[in-house]
Amino acid sequence: MKGRVIVLGSAIAAAFAFSIWLNKPDLDLEPLAPATLESPTLEQVKAGEYLVQIGNCVACHTDQGGAAFAGGRAVPTPFGEVYSSNLTSDDETGLGRWTNQDFYRAMRHGRSKDDRWLSPAFPYTSYTNLKREDSDAMFAWLQTLAPIKRVQTPDTLRFPYGTQLATRAWRALYFKPATTADIAAMDRGRYLVEGLGHCAACHSARGALGGLRSNTSYMGGEIASLGWDALPLAPTQVPSKPMTDSEAKELGQLLKTGINTDKAVAGPMSEVVFHSLQHLKDDDLAAIVATLRALPMADAPPVARVPQVSPEQRQSLRARGKLVYAEHCADCHGDAGEGRANVYPALAGNANVNAVSASNALNLTLNGGFPPSTAGNPFPYGMPPFSQSLSRPDVAAVLTYIRSEWGNDAPAVSVVEVERR
Amino acid sequence: MNPMRRRNRLTRWLAVPALLLTLLALPAGAAEPAELMGKRLAACAACHGDEGRTVGEDYYPSIAGKPAGYLYNQLLNFREGRRQHTIMAGLLAHLSDAYLGEIALYYAARPHASQPPMTGATPEQLALGERLTVLGDLERKIPPCQACHGEQLTGVVPMIPGLRGLPARYLDAQVGAWKNGVRHAREPDCMGKIARALKPEEITAVSAWLASQAYALDAKPLDSLPNTMPMDCGVLP
Repeated sequence: MKGRVIVLGSAIAAAFAFSIWLNKPDLDLEPLAPATLESPTLEQVKAGEYLVQIGNCVACHTDQGGAAFAGGRAVPTPFGEVYSSNLTSDDETGLGRWTNQDFYRAMRHGRSKDDRWLSPAFPYTSYTNLKREDSDAMFAWLQTLAPIKRVQTPDTLRFPYGTQLATRAWRALYFKPATTADIAAMDRGRYLVEGLGHCAACHSARGALGGLRSNTSYMGGEIASLGWDALPLAPTQVPSKPMTDSEAKELGQLLKTGINTDKAVAGPMSEVVFHSLQHLKDDDLAAIVATLRALPMADAPPVARVPQVSPEQRQSLRARGKLVYAEHCADCHGDAGEGRANVYPALAGNANVNAVSASNALNLTLNGGFPPSTAGNPFPYGMPPFSQSLSRPDVAAVLTYIRSEWGNDAPAVSVVEVERR
Repeated sequence: MNPMRRRNRLTRWLAVPALLLTLLALPAGAAEPAELMGKRLAACAACHGDEGRTVGEDYYPSIAGKPAGYLYNQLLNFREGRRQHTIMAGLLAHLSDAYLGEIALYYAARPHASQPPMTGATPEQLALGERLTVLGDLERKIPPCQACHGEQLTGVVPMIPGLRGLPARYLDAQVGAWKNGVRHAREPDCMGKIARALKPEEITAVSAWLASQAYALDAKPLDSLPNTMPMDCGVLP
């Protein structure tokens, strides 16, 4: 009898503790000011359009070939696909019946108008840092979008990841809602980087359950399910050298135009520059660069295990790679990997080339790519796809060569790793 | 209705003539120097050859000399997913409409390839292919190819592509993709209707016959068609 009481008592206590834990982030939520129903001013609407660009909302909330902001793009996650929602002003399927309070609650608290807990594929872990007036401006602009009827595509998350209970548990583990005081303490650069810009969504590594290891470490790492790595934004190597003024200027140019003296953006970052960063006003760009420049040291990003290459194999890959490089790469990237300013990125000292993971270099070599068209670089030079013209062993060879020449120092790439692509 | 919404609808309607103007403006001449464009488009040359000419290639089509409006439309289709090709979609994903227009103009102005005619099609295939190409099958509402693609099948500027000098496998795959609903054109999708009416062996025969014909180096797309087209096609202004 006594044993039963103890078991029952412990079960009740555990359930109680679990429920407290589950509700913890939501107990911390600040109440939000009620909806304002007056018509927005033209200034507000214009400011909102800019902020929506800076948040790069269009990229996820537009399906390929679909109407802008009508949603329906599949966002791949390790747990299945999440489909973006319709942000147009349609009453039935969009935000037509929402108020600016509903919208702010979604951004700040990750909770929908119908009280559903939103999937963290929507980066409210960053948007929680948004100011009310900015959220209201964004909402005011979104409401000017013509209503487009597009019924929500159901997510295809595996059980139990798609359940509301799983979402709440995820929140308990990983979501720390910002307070008004937190937001007020941020300068403009931090506000854009940690808030609307949601840089951490890709540039901070994620744990096994898709939570950011640390929202603000910016160590980079694999972008789940995209096959690309985000480069570290923070210094990760000891000793770290502070960014010089000219490096900071170059970084600003890269974010604004997609290209600079020795770098070009690629992969998912092209999308960010194309839709979002090229529209940055000069003072906001400067604020973002200043914030990135001051990021504290971060741990090196976790790296996926790849097949090992013996020293003999490495030597033969390097020898073959030198020939492949001279034939296929040197015309554009130069005999010493020096590239051409504002046209072809340098490979010597290139962060994508030198990353421990060869993912980005492999993607670019096999599939080619263009940096984005931007006002500052409207007709970019493209890299040919080599998946048809180079054999798998030649791709491994040329990457091994590039990753160990001209001061580069990254692990060799095995043929098996190329074949896995 | 909210006045901002109304304004947005207006911009949407204004966008339609703007698109037409872009297309009509296309053949007027590229703004970007050809030599620079050739270097920028090294990525395209990997499959489509130098200046867009593939010779002796068994799949990738030559794009040199095709009408600019057609090329522009295909670039948009690949970027927006109406035509499906992973590498093409990846390359074009973040290029602006203005750049795609420049690319179309550049390739339209290149001389087309001297493609050796295909050999190896059977006499039965060639006979069936020629009959369908030249006469169509009016009972099944299949018009002859010439009715839209020009008497010499060299296309019509700015929107209708020529059918000569292309690999049989490419032609076969494209019409097949239309038939299977993988490739689309703007509605009303005339090629979609024709492809669905054709049997697979007829598609192969027409592709084989087309690829077996010589393509004179001085042949050019027509400036206009002598007769009205037999079908409504959404791609035409």
